[in-house]
Amino acid sequence: MGRYVIRRLLQMIPVFAGATLLIFLMVNVMGDPVAGLCGERRCDPATAARLRAEFGLDRPLWQQYLTSMGNVVTGDFGTAFNGQPVVELMADAFPVTIRLTLVAIFFEIVIGVGLGMLTGLRRGRPVDTGVLLATLVVIAVPTFVTGLLLQLLLGVKWGWIRPSVSAEAPLDELIVPGLVLAAVSLAYVTRLTRTSIAENRRADYVRTAIAKGLPRRRVMTRHLLRNSLIPVVTFIGADIGALMGGAIVTERIFNIHGVGYQLYQGILRQSTQTVVGFVTVLVLVFLLVNLLVDLLYAVLDPRIRYA
Amino acid sequence: MRGAAHLTRAACAAAVVLAAGACGGGAPAGGPDGIVTSSWGDPQNPLEPANTNEVQGGKVLDMIFRGLKRYDPRTGEAEDMLAERIETDDSVEFTVTVRSGWTFSDGEPVTAKSFVDAWNYGAHLDNNQRNAYFFGYIEGYDQVHPASGRPTAQTMSGLKVTGERTFTVTLTQKFSTWPETLGYAAFAPLPSSFFSDHDGWLARPVGNGPYTVDSYTRGARMSLRRWDGYPGEDKARNGGVDLKVYTDSSTAYTDLTAGHLDLVDDVPAAQLRNVRADLGDRYINTPAGIVQTLAFPYYDPDWNRPGQEKVRRGLSMAINRQQITDTIFQRTRTPAKDWTSPVLGPDGGYDEGLCGVHCTYDPARARKLIAEGGGIPGGQVRITYNTDTGSHRQWVDAVCNSINNALGDDRACVGNPVGTFADYRNQITQSKMSGPFRAGWQMDYPLIQNFLQPLYYTDASSNDGKWSNETFDRLVDQANAETDPARAIETFKKAEGVVRDQMAAIPLWYQNGSAGYSERISDVSLNQFSVPVYEEITVD
Repeated sequence: MGRYVIRRLLQMIPVFAGATLLIFLMVNVMGDPVAGLCGERRCDPATAARLRAEFGLDRPLWQQYLTSMGNVVTGDFGTAFNGQPVVELMADAFPVTIRLTLVAIFFEIVIGVGLGMLTGLRRGRPVDTGVLLATLVVIAVPTFVTGLLLQLLLGVKWGWIRPSVSAEAPLDELIVPGLVLAAVSLAYVTRLTRTSIAENRRADYVRTAIAKGLPRRRVMTRHLLRNSLIPVVTFIGADIGALMGGAIVTERIFNIHGVGYQLYQGILRQSTQTVVGFVTVLVLVFLLVNLLVDLLYAVLDPRIRYA
Repeated sequence: MRGAAHLTRAACAAAVVLAAGACGGGAPAGGPDGIVTSSWGDPQNPLEPANTNEVQGGKVLDMIFRGLKRYDPRTGEAEDMLAERIETDDSVEFTVTVRSGWTFSDGEPVTAKSFVDAWNYGAHLDNNQRNAYFFGYIEGYDQVHPASGRPTAQTMSGLKVTGERTFTVTLTQKFSTWPETLGYAAFAPLPSSFFSDHDGWLARPVGNGPYTVDSYTRGARMSLRRWDGYPGEDKARNGGVDLKVYTDSSTAYTDLTAGHLDLVDDVPAAQLRNVRADLGDRYINTPAGIVQTLAFPYYDPDWNRPGQEKVRRGLSMAINRQQITDTIFQRTRTPAKDWTSPVLGPDGGYDEGLCGVHCTYDPARARKLIAEGGGIPGGQVRITYNTDTGSHRQWVDAVCNSINNALGDDRACVGNPVGTFADYRNQITQSKMSGPFRAGWQMDYPLIQNFLQPLYYTDASSNDGKWSNETFDRLVDQANAETDPARAIETFKKAEGVVRDQMAAIPLWYQNGSAGYSERISDVSLNQFSVPVYEEITVD
């Protein structure tokens, strides 16, 4: 187990370097960011040169990359164009997005797995068909439509929630945005769980467990559900990273100042430091979550062993 | 506890929406101490006066600073604010006397030194101030802000403190209307704490305006409160303003309609259709000092042949401005009739007859003029624009449609989108445009000079198309040297006539400022810079 983890951690280094290099190059392809800093007019050349020197943009690209990576190792993510250290932006943005992601994951697990079990055990019945149809609709409707619709109905027409989330983004204000964010994944989780449950229900070990005379509840949770969750866990694990980085649409609709907001603004203003910094952290999150998911397999399925 | 509070608030909100009634405890107080909540965008640059060149940061500076002059929010005229008098004999050397009795909100008196130090800071290369070029007319600017190399001086030789409340300014050229430019935020005075504790100042700016900054969370919100010790006439008529950062103006608008926000100063284009139904007369749509034009790349030999002004004029006459402003912009733009802005007023140099037929839709003459001028270079006009700000795609497509219809050629005009504003500006500054491009100009101060010199003078700071015309340059120099303002404006208008005859850029429309507000507040108006006049707002 320990050796496996170490091997995986070592494998992360090239993945990490490659991903950050790619994003670094992509941001730089967009051109000289200083040009956008002076509004609709040209920056005077002397100031532009000063700004370039200050943000290190006057050095060759490979040097810029190495310096910024060197700084990242020491925890210094540079300064955004508005003069704020990127670390400060992260300290503001990540807690908000993590809260939002947790809310979304919570819905995915509780509602998704719950509905999946329900339908998987009652395959072909009306409840199964109904839920299947509903998930189809949810998958087909884009997030911004669900988001704007809920915002208009709950926020403006009925006044149950505030249409926008305040800057502190407390948990109760994040319930609706979290649901919107989770909606599509939730539908997939339902479908995955349903198929998996339906398949494993006919497995030998379930028949054995029933034949042993175990109580139905124990068969369902300890044997059937646990083994059926492996694909679902993989999906949810990968989803954590996707939700954190991909919440741009939801965060814009509900005015949540999280990672998506900072990334969006960073891209618009071509703030290399902001984009590279946030993406670096997101890449790390992805890698670690994937490792955790792989380790979870062993916990869920005793047949899987790592050496 | 926190959760409970939010629930109460949500319930209150529901009650407000349903019954439009007050909600005990939860609802903010009204009357003279009522707080106005207003939408805001994250300022692009640190909030220093000489470093703020966009409207979001400008909003705050307008509340916490007062300079030597101030533009009247209605007439646009530059009126003395902190200036007791500004005197000159030759339009080169000015003597400024600062009024007594003014202090910063931390108690420090505003003196001649507060201005001179602030201007020297704004001009110095090492301070990276985006608006440094505003001080370019002052003698010694080249030493503190050389075009290349290191600065050779710390302060500008043209600025001299001559007394507690007086200082002299020497310019490098005659500029009779220079005092009128002093209402711009870059010329604000700065307290000594700005220099001694710069980070602390940025975290909580201190100024001399009618409001003080109560708290500031970068990227999220700023609370401004009325400064009761403010010595000026334009005291705040409300208790304060809470600015809240919105990523998307649509969300701000939704919050306004749901009753959670008092003032939105940018109504999203998509909502313009509904705005009358949603807000009724609580929607303002007033001219701002912004003019949109199509500029041409004169550095491209294809676009700089003699006789080609006929092609440009023809293109101008092929654009149906009225139809586009009516349908796409829902009348939040007004068809342009000259190269300045209606906010200048006829006395300030606005002339609605200046462009005349050249800006009127006339497809037959357009076709004829373009043919006479040798046709469109390369057979096709590609209008370059950026897609990430404004709703440029819609109007560029409409302009192209109009041109295509007028010329009877489906391929006469196409849009050429660029993904981000930064990249767009980048291509412009590197002179990479291969055809007309979108050019917007928001005035810095309400003077006709500001609409002409920076845009069309040879090698001027915003002359992105590199247009150059000796007659125009000579007339501008003459106008600047003119000591009588009325005659100066006449000469500027003559220079604008040259721009028209050469059709240096095609004027499209004047942009209006738009805002919507809640039932809680009244006396809302926008100034010429499309910034709400916050201090006049009253809370019911």
